[in-house]
Amino acid sequence: MSVITIERKVLEKNDEVAGQNRDVFSRHGIFAINIVSSPGSGKTSLLECTLSRIKNRVNAAVIEGDVQTDLDAQRVSALGVPAVQIVTKGGCHLEAQLVRDALAAVDLSRLQLLIIENVGNLVCPANYDLGEAVKVVVASVTEGDDKPLKYPAMFRNASVMIINKIDLLPYVNCRIDDLKRNAISINPSLKVFETSCVTNAGIDSWCDWLEENSSPKK
Amino acid sequence: MHELSIAQNIVEIVGEHIPAGSSRRVKTVRIELGESAGVVADSLEFCFNTITSGTEMQGAVLEIERVPFVVECNSCGKTSTNEREVFLCSFCNGNDVKMISGNELQVKAIELFDEKELVV
Repeated sequence: MSVITIERKVLEKNDEVAGQNRDVFSRHGIFAINIVSSPGSGKTSLLECTLSRIKNRVNAAVIEGDVQTDLDAQRVSALGVPAVQIVTKGGCHLEAQLVRDALAAVDLSRLQLLIIENVGNLVCPANYDLGEAVKVVVASVTEGDDKPLKYPAMFRNASVMIINKIDLLPYVNCRIDDLKRNAISINPSLKVFETSCVTNAGIDSWCDWLEENSSPKK
Repeated sequence: MHELSIAQNIVEIVGEHIPAGSSRRVKTVRIELGESAGVVADSLEFCFNTITSGTEMQGAVLEIERVPFVVECNSCGKTSTNEREVFLCSFCNGNDVKMISGNELQVKAIELFDEKELVV
């Protein structure tokens, strides 16, 4: 019998490329965030609300990840913000290499903020570092208050949680305090925002946070 | 279904460790998988068997060693685990804890067939 010891991380190649992406962001002074959630939590609506407010204050670009179509990139482009669409053709998550390829189509020279909208999926994207500074998980109240307990890896790896669609709270079986408590039990250092893209509640404080953390103007 | 992409990564890593020019085949691939790594062991095994089928690694057995979710309490210093994988100390109920295992996803080792076994 002959055993060869290996001791290598399975996703080391992705981590390596993610590290290179991180170097690119740092060299160009770009604050990069990776937005993850289940499908239909309102990520793209949230982006529209966010970008329409901050686009004149911060130079931003968006990388959109979807299984099929460039509909999301069209929505963002309609606001006059540069958007690159990655179509994964069935792939359930973005990988660092896909982001690196997409970066070739982005003008990095004046960019302060790069928003990567991941494929809607609360499982797979948790494993794949893209090189972002911050992972933002969006949980909408229509999904119930137990999502963090069901998908702990995603909530653990995120630094920010946005509770979206709070205008629907009177109509759904979701206690926002329980949702927060569940999320904090998984990740005590999670920063939480509560938003609605219909009433615009909470959007300003999220935008302020984003602007404060974005790199200075170049 | 990111298990397929993870299985592909495992096969690639193993391929880099088979001695050059060797005709010896891979008997087992040992990996370490944390309980909270977000990977389904059965799916991973299925994907591994599917993509190695018809290749030089056909028949190699994927041995998955599960690593429990364990947190260490910064207040009372004890380590504990819980099925829900929450950041809570089972002894003092404090939430000032750090995760010390459960995220593992690593190829540990491979075992090759002996030349003799290959002849049989």
